[in-house]
Order: sequence, then C-alpha cells, then structure tokens
Amino acid sequence: MRGRIGFSHYNECRKSAGPHGETSELSESHNDAFVAFDRVQKSYDGVSLVVKDLNLDIAKGEFLTMLGPSGSGKTTCLMMLAGFETATNGEIRLDGTNINMVPPHKRGIGMVFQNYALFPHMTVGENLAFPLEVRGMGKSDRDAKVQRALDMVQMGAFANRRPAQLSGGQQQRIALARALVFDPKLVLMDEPLGALDKQLREHMQFEIKHLHESLGITVVYVTHDQGEALTMSDRIAVFNDGRIQQLAPPADLYERPDNSFVAGFIGENNKLPGTLEELSGDKALVRLATGEVIDATAVNVTQKGQQTLVSIRPERVEFKPEMMPEGAHMIGADVLEVIYMGDILRARLRVAGSDDFVMKMRNTQGQTRLSPGQQIKVGWHPQDARALDPV
Amino acid sequence: MADVSVPAGGLLTTSDGRPLKSALATAQQRAKRRAFLLVLPLLAFILITFIVPIGQLMHQAIYNDGFSANMPRTTAWFVENPPGTAPDEPAWEALALDLKDSAAARTVGVVGTRVNYEMSGTRSLFTSTARGAARFEPPYREALLAADAKWDDPNLWGTMRQVSDAYSANFFLAALDMTRDVNGKIVPMPQERQIYVSLFIKTFLMAALITFTCFVLAFPIAHLLATLPMKWSNLLMILVLLPFWTSLLVRTTSWMVLLQQQGVINNTMVAMGIISEEGRIQMIYNQMGTIIAMTHILLPFMILPLYSVMRPIPPSYVRAARSLGATSWTAFRRVYVPQTLPGIGAGSLLVFILAVGYYITPALVGGASGQLISNLIAFHMQSSLNWSLASALAALLLGSVLILYWIYDRLVGIDNLKLG
Repeated sequence: MRGRIGFSHYNECRKSAGPHGETSELSESHNDAFVAFDRVQKSYDGVSLVVKDLNLDIAKGEFLTMLGPSGSGKTTCLMMLAGFETATNGEIRLDGTNINMVPPHKRGIGMVFQNYALFPHMTVGENLAFPLEVRGMGKSDRDAKVQRALDMVQMGAFANRRPAQLSGGQQQRIALARALVFDPKLVLMDEPLGALDKQLREHMQFEIKHLHESLGITVVYVTHDQGEALTMSDRIAVFNDGRIQQLAPPADLYERPDNSFVAGFIGENNKLPGTLEELSGDKALVRLATGEVIDATAVNVTQKGQQTLVSIRPERVEFKPEMMPEGAHMIGADVLEVIYMGDILRARLRVAGSDDFVMKMRNTQGQTRLSPGQQIKVGWHPQDARALDPV
Repeated sequence: MADVSVPAGGLLTTSDGRPLKSALATAQQRAKRRAFLLVLPLLAFILITFIVPIGQLMHQAIYNDGFSANMPRTTAWFVENPPGTAPDEPAWEALALDLKDSAAARTVGVVGTRVNYEMSGTRSLFTSTARGAARFEPPYREALLAADAKWDDPNLWGTMRQVSDAYSANFFLAALDMTRDVNGKIVPMPQERQIYVSLFIKTFLMAALITFTCFVLAFPIAHLLATLPMKWSNLLMILVLLPFWTSLLVRTTSWMVLLQQQGVINNTMVAMGIISEEGRIQMIYNQMGTIIAMTHILLPFMILPLYSVMRPIPPSYVRAARSLGATSWTAFRRVYVPQTLPGIGAGSLLVFILAVGYYITPALVGGASGQLISNLIAFHMQSSLNWSLASALAALLLGSVLILYWIYDRLVGIDNLKLG
C-alpha cells in the first residue's frame, strides 16, 4: 500500500518537473529563500518514501525547527541538507544554487550532532582548529579564531582539555563552538540537547537562541521536544509520515493547529468528536455524539454533515458564564477530579460522555475551587475550538 | 563522620580505634582468600606446565654438565691449576682414568659431544680413545699419545678447560655467531659458519612483512564488517572465522595444492596462456610460500582486534569532519584512523609475535629459503640434540619479543591495546 502511494507521488513529481521553463521559473520565484527544499523526496529501499513531498523555504537569519515524532523524516531532511544523504528526487538549494551534487565538505554548513561527535583523540583546541586547518588557515589566525569561539561559549579556559574530561554540557558548548568557528552562514542542529538533563537543557536553549540572534546565522534545528521547539524557533515545521503537517510560528502552531495531528502533538488538547451541523464562513456548529451542540471554528472541514474532531486547549475552557461571549453555547460537565499543581489547578471532567476532558485554571487569589462530584457548565470562545479532520 | 576520629598524625581510624587501613584489610581478607583459591588451579597448571619447563629450558642455555659430570678428575685438575698450565702427569692420569670410567659407564659419547660443540672433530677422538682406555698403564701421557697424537694439542686442552665449567655463556655466543678462541677471548665465528644472526634478521623482516600484508588486507575487511548492515556483516564474519576454526594443517596443505608448480594456480595460468609450460612459477617451498600461507593463517588475528575497535566508532565522527570541511580522505586520515590505532597496535603486535615464533607452516611450505628461526630451534631440539643451543636461541627469541613489547608499551602504551 505504502509502496503504491510512493510510486504515484513519484510520477506526479516527474510530470510537474517535466517542462523546463516551468521549473526554472519556479526556481527564480524562490530565489529570495536562503534554503529551499523543492519537491524533495527520499526513499532508502526503493519501496517506500521516507520523505514524501517536501517544499520548504527558509529565510536568511531564520531559526527554523523541524519537529516530529521519530521516523517522521525530519532527521532525513537534515541529513539531505548537510549532504550525508542524497535526495531521491527534487532539488535542494542553498543561497539560490542547487546543492544536490555538492559534497558535504564544500557546502560550508556547520553542524551540531546529537552525540556532539567531538574527536576524542584531539584536545578541545584541536577540535576547534580542525575546520580552520582543513581550510588552510595560518596558525596565528587559527588560534585567534579558536580563542574567540571558545570565549563565545564561555569555555575559554578549556582549550587544552580532552573531550572526555568535560561534562555533557561543556561538550555541548564545544560542539556548538566548533560548528560556528568557521563562520558558516547556516548551522544545522540534530537534537543537540537530547542528552542533557532538564535544567541544563533549558539553559542551553536560551544560550543557543542568544547566539543565533547575536550572530545573525540561519539555524535549522531538529527536535522531538515540542517545548524546545516552541521556546527557540521563529517557525516550526511539524513533520509526520514524511510530510510537513504545518509550518507556522510557535504561537500559531499552538493556538491554531491545522489538523488533528498537530493539535495532538503540540501541547495538551481536548478532542470532541461530532458532526458538522452548520457552517457559515469559518463559523461552525458541531453536534456531538450525545446530542449537545458546541461552537467551533472550521479549519479543514468543508461540508455540512461531515465528521469532525473539535480540539480545545485545556486552558481556554471556561466554566464561568460571565467570561463567555454573547450567545455562546455551554454544555454540562461533571467534575471527576481536581489536581493541585501549584501554579494551576487541573480538573478532569466528564463532557459529552468522555472521561478525559481537561480544564486548567490559574491558581489566582479568589479562584473558584471546584470539588469532585460538582456539576458545572463549560464553554469556550468559538475561535479556540477548532473543527479538524477526524482521525 | 562522628564515628571516625582523626588523630594528629592524620591517619584515619575506625570508631574503636583501629587504623582504617588494617580494618579494611581484615574486612577484605575473606574475599581475597576466596578469589585466590578460585584462581589457584589455573595458577598451579600454568606453573607446572608452563613456567617450570620454560625455566628449565632457559637454564639449559647456560648450563651443560656433559663434561664436568662425567670427567670429575680432569675437571678437578682444571680447577686446581690456573689457565695456561701445561698438562703434567697428574693431568694425564686424571684424563686417562676419567676416560676409562666414562667408557665403562657408556657416557663418553656425551663428553665427546660437549667438547665437539666447541671444537669440531673431537667427538671421534674421545670415543676411539675410550675404547682402549681399560688397558691404559702409567705413564699415562705416553699411553694416550700412543692411542692418538691429537691429545697433545694445547687447543684441545684449552677447550676442555672451557667446557669443564658447567655454567657457560658459550651457547649464547654460538647463537649470536660468536665463539671463544684458545685464550677464552670472544671472536666472531668463521664466515661460513655464521647462520643464526642472519636468520634472526630474516625472521624479524619476514614477520614484519607478514604483519604489514595482514594489516593491508585486514583494514578494509574490518571496516566492512563494522559498517555493513547486520545481515551481511554476520555472513562476512562467518567467512572470516571459518578458516580460523579450520585445522592449521588443512589450511597449510590446501595452500600446497593451490600454489605448487603443478598446482591449481599454475595450471590455470598455463591454460589461459599467461605463462608457458616451462615458465611455471615457483610459489611454494620458498619464502613466498611462507609469506602467503602465514598471511592467510594470521589474518583473523588482525581482523578481530581492528573490528572490535571500529564497530563502536559512530559514523557521526566522519560526518562531523566532512561537515567541517574535510575531504573524505582527510576525514579518514585525521579522524577515523587515529581512533582505530589501539586496534592496529593490538593486531600488529599479536600477528608479529605469532609470526616471529611460527613453526609448522614454514616447516611445511617454507622449503630451504622460507625457514624461520623456530625451525632451527626445532632442528637443534630434535635432530642435532644440542638442547643448550636450542635453548639459547629460544631465549634470545623470547627476549627480543619482550623488548619489542616494551618498546610498544613506551611508544603506544599497553593500555591502548584492544584485543576484543
């Protein structure tokens, strides 16, 4: 089945890339993009596609994150950009030139690896000097640049240490400095913080973000940690099943997910299945299985009577009628459980027959304390409830 | 901390005042004793079957009582009189009586052999004289000279004085192509009798060559083993190990089948017209045969340590080097190879040490020119029965391997050795 899908896609692409004029026109229109994936496909075994149809433009100076579960194709995309994998079909452009055939060492792209890949037989200083040395830079220039790069990551005193003598966080900084020391315009990072503990990881997120801002480099960052993606990125590309599900800035991605996968993958959300009752513009009324009607914003539903999944963030659920807009629908809910979490209170409710509807309330002075067994009514602003494709 | 008091000396003690070190030793004593008992059988086995015999053999290299044990009177006369003393009547008497006794005890052959090692052609002198020794009457000088005039030779007496001391470095001298002249001065052997030093050199050169060819062949194979997908690398691993499990003799014999003048390779080349019937290449029963067969036999000893070092090297190191601007060759040379050095060192040391002492293969396929020092040691053990010389040669071989091991330790560090 997968094989057949892959094959038909391949044919489509061949067809559309056929007329030469069309292709070149397309390339020109993308010339302002610093990095461009143009209808890129990748297959390892010739049977199934790992990357199905990737079109992605990255602007100069942008911090773009590829986010997705493992096996979604995000790392493959990064490896194709770095030159360690070849695209089976399509074109990858860097600064307007096709780099499909350019070997990795001529691409001038800095890269930070998941396990840091610091050369164990060289000192920190030699590791940093390596990219400068292979570029034929003189010793004094080299030393100056190495020292500057080390100072940049606050590791100036560690030039003579071996990587094995450093902690994980220090190795991470050195790997970062090594990827930056030869002034690449583009830096790729493949889950660089995966091996660090939580506190250090959060600290490094800010440091990488600040380095990105102060150096003005373009960063393509791969992670499966949504918190990391939201914290650091200018834009996030959510990958699943070899495709980009949504490409948007963090706030859009969180507040306005395009489909059920994105809504479910990023943050916590409540899902209510139902049928589209009314549709006018993007305003929709959805009838749930238990007969209640709720407000929603139509995202990727088009016809009345269609099955849909309504997604609502727990912190956007209201239970006080005075907070609701005029004429908004509210539905009955049973409080099953209230968990005190410090900054918030988390209530698990039974809504429309489902037991895992979650509502988060800020723990403010005078906040109404709910107790289990209580019957309340909940509702939401129509723009916070998004009617998505059923999964 | 409250339980541990620190006296002024700084020595830690336990809460009841015993020094911490002795308390620790007592606590660990049981475990240590048990560990020792566990290894005791192995220790005894190694001691009895390995260390003691080797020690005895090494002792042979400097100790040979073939003369002194069987010629006690003559030996005593040499001890009493300083070197250079002309043999007087007591000396002749001691010699004649010793010859008589050893002829009766049938040990005169041993005596003759011992003297013969230092001065060739003397063994028959001893055996023939001893045949009539029972009838010798004083004056013994005349009686002996009547049996054979060679007894008057001062060189013979000088040699007998040398061998009368059971402890002697002469076998080591012989193993290094040197000997002593009449006055006991160390001089080189005559040109035509110098064989051991050049054979040592040849053995080391050939072992180095075999190590090098093993390395050249093993590196790509080990790399493939470490990087191929599991399915293929397992198959390749079996192909590497299969010869390893096959008998050494079988493998050596199959090389004979392949390489001999009427063998598979020559026949094929003749059939294909590459060489003529008369131009069949001699590939075995010479150095080439030894090198080919030994390279094949020792190859797994190079592949396995290399493989064990290469397998855990993640591909990201070379990728990182490439992304930093290194060509694939530079990345290989500067990043990959240095990380395989412990394996290269271990494999080379292993193959070299095995090759230096190799015996069976050169004996079977080496012919005349492909013999190594171990073949000569075996010759002196089995055919010429000069165990002392064999021991001296073996001791030199052992010593030189230990020196190489020490040099390796100084240069590379034995901690960097990774055997698997």
